[in-house]
Amino acid sequence: MSVAKILIVGASVGGVRTAQALRADGFAGRIVLVDAECELPYDKPPLSKGLLLGMTDSEKIRLLTEETASELDLELRLGVEVVGLDAEAKQVTLAGGVAETYDGLVIATGVAASWGPWGGLQGQGVHVVRTLAGAAELRTELAAGGPVVVIGSGFIGAEVAASARALDLETHLIDLVSTPMSRSFDPEVGEFFARLHADRGVITHFGVGVDEVSGARGDLTLRLTDGSALKAAVVVVGIGARPATDWLDGSGLRLEDGVVCDEHLRAVGVDDVYAVGDVCRWTDAGTGELVRAEHWTNAVDQALCVARNIMRPEEPTSYRAVEYVWTDQYDWKIQIVGRHETAVVRQILGDPNSGRFVVLYGGEGGVLTGAAVANWPKALVTTRKAMAAGRLLAEVVDKLDGGAAPEAARVGVRA
Amino acid sequence: MAKLTADFGACQGYANCVVAADDVYDIDDDGIVVLLKEHIEESDRARVEEAARSCPVNALQVVDG
Repeated sequence: MSVAKILIVGASVGGVRTAQALRADGFAGRIVLVDAECELPYDKPPLSKGLLLGMTDSEKIRLLTEETASELDLELRLGVEVVGLDAEAKQVTLAGGVAETYDGLVIATGVAASWGPWGGLQGQGVHVVRTLAGAAELRTELAAGGPVVVIGSGFIGAEVAASARALDLETHLIDLVSTPMSRSFDPEVGEFFARLHADRGVITHFGVGVDEVSGARGDLTLRLTDGSALKAAVVVVGIGARPATDWLDGSGLRLEDGVVCDEHLRAVGVDDVYAVGDVCRWTDAGTGELVRAEHWTNAVDQALCVARNIMRPEEPTSYRAVEYVWTDQYDWKIQIVGRHETAVVRQILGDPNSGRFVVLYGGEGGVLTGAAVANWPKALVTTRKAMAAGRLLAEVVDKLDGGAAPEAARVGVRA
Repeated sequence: MAKLTADFGACQGYANCVVAADDVYDIDDDGIVVLLKEHIEESDRARVEEAARSCPVNALQVVDG
């Protein structure tokens, strides 16, 4: 192993796990982990859930402490922004103009939450959920009371709405599309989750947009496209995110909705540069398509793959993983495996009204292509394994059917 | 030998550990991790530690002993 210094830009889960995997793999050189935030590295999933509810705190969600970083001999550079890359010279430029060289570079800068047209109201009661500091501020404002209006019903928006209801606040959920989490669910399943939110007291406004947000913290007014108006103490914008690649403009890296990588997660056209996590748009080894995923497990799996490929560049491993994402809303655990868009057949096991079910999606030839699982651990394990092994939808049905109905009554998660 | 431990209260049933090492970890009908072994050989430690690190809530540890 000739590589002496790995520079990792971004200390969220993808960057931290890459560093840990390199050490686990026996990498003995220097590992420098740089992040623009001053915070010790932390995990993001709790920001829209447990952290808002006070069920966890900033210290419990650390990915590294000074001690664990020191044990692994990681050089943490926090509060340091990287503003440019010269791949030819193998160095990045830090804010202030200082150059930092590398032998291998791992890009793990993630995504930046979109503010839409409402960025000017930052600090005035309008929030996005992406950083620990931002989530802590939101938590403080939620404690002061509602109403809370959430714009966007993707996972983050739906989770924030569920958290706001758990805090017993008047909560509105607005989305232009007619069902929540529509990127992840087919319309019928999405409709079911729309009812879940309504049942738990969320006032939903689906198929409606927001024309204007005005006012200030504690006294905001939203004008909706149907002509109605809403009052809000707090507004949360959850309308997606875009890859944080501004610092790579002009670097020569191919940037198209992320850092374009080959199937080994190496940036195409440059040597010794890799990307992991939300920022990585990799080439699917099976289909050749470019794919990007904003999922925790994807970042962790990619970190392992990149560490291996840094250690063994002469025999690189292709990144192959079954897409997996979860969302926890109220007392519901919802998990999505694979994808539903390409499905030609669909089968539901269990009973959505009982709160325990799985929707299986199958492609041509009956191969399982995805699943949406609610409150059914065995179905989650079975579908994830079946996807990895390329099994048929019918095989999964055989394995799970019969267990569904009798179990369903026992769970009783629907309030 | 290395010893496996789990924080059963922290486990949220995400099943990453089962996908990574199903000879060591399983989850029960309530979605709580089940340790299929108490101890593993040192030679297997790296693989199992990788599976433990895939836990989103850090509920799994591999310790000396």
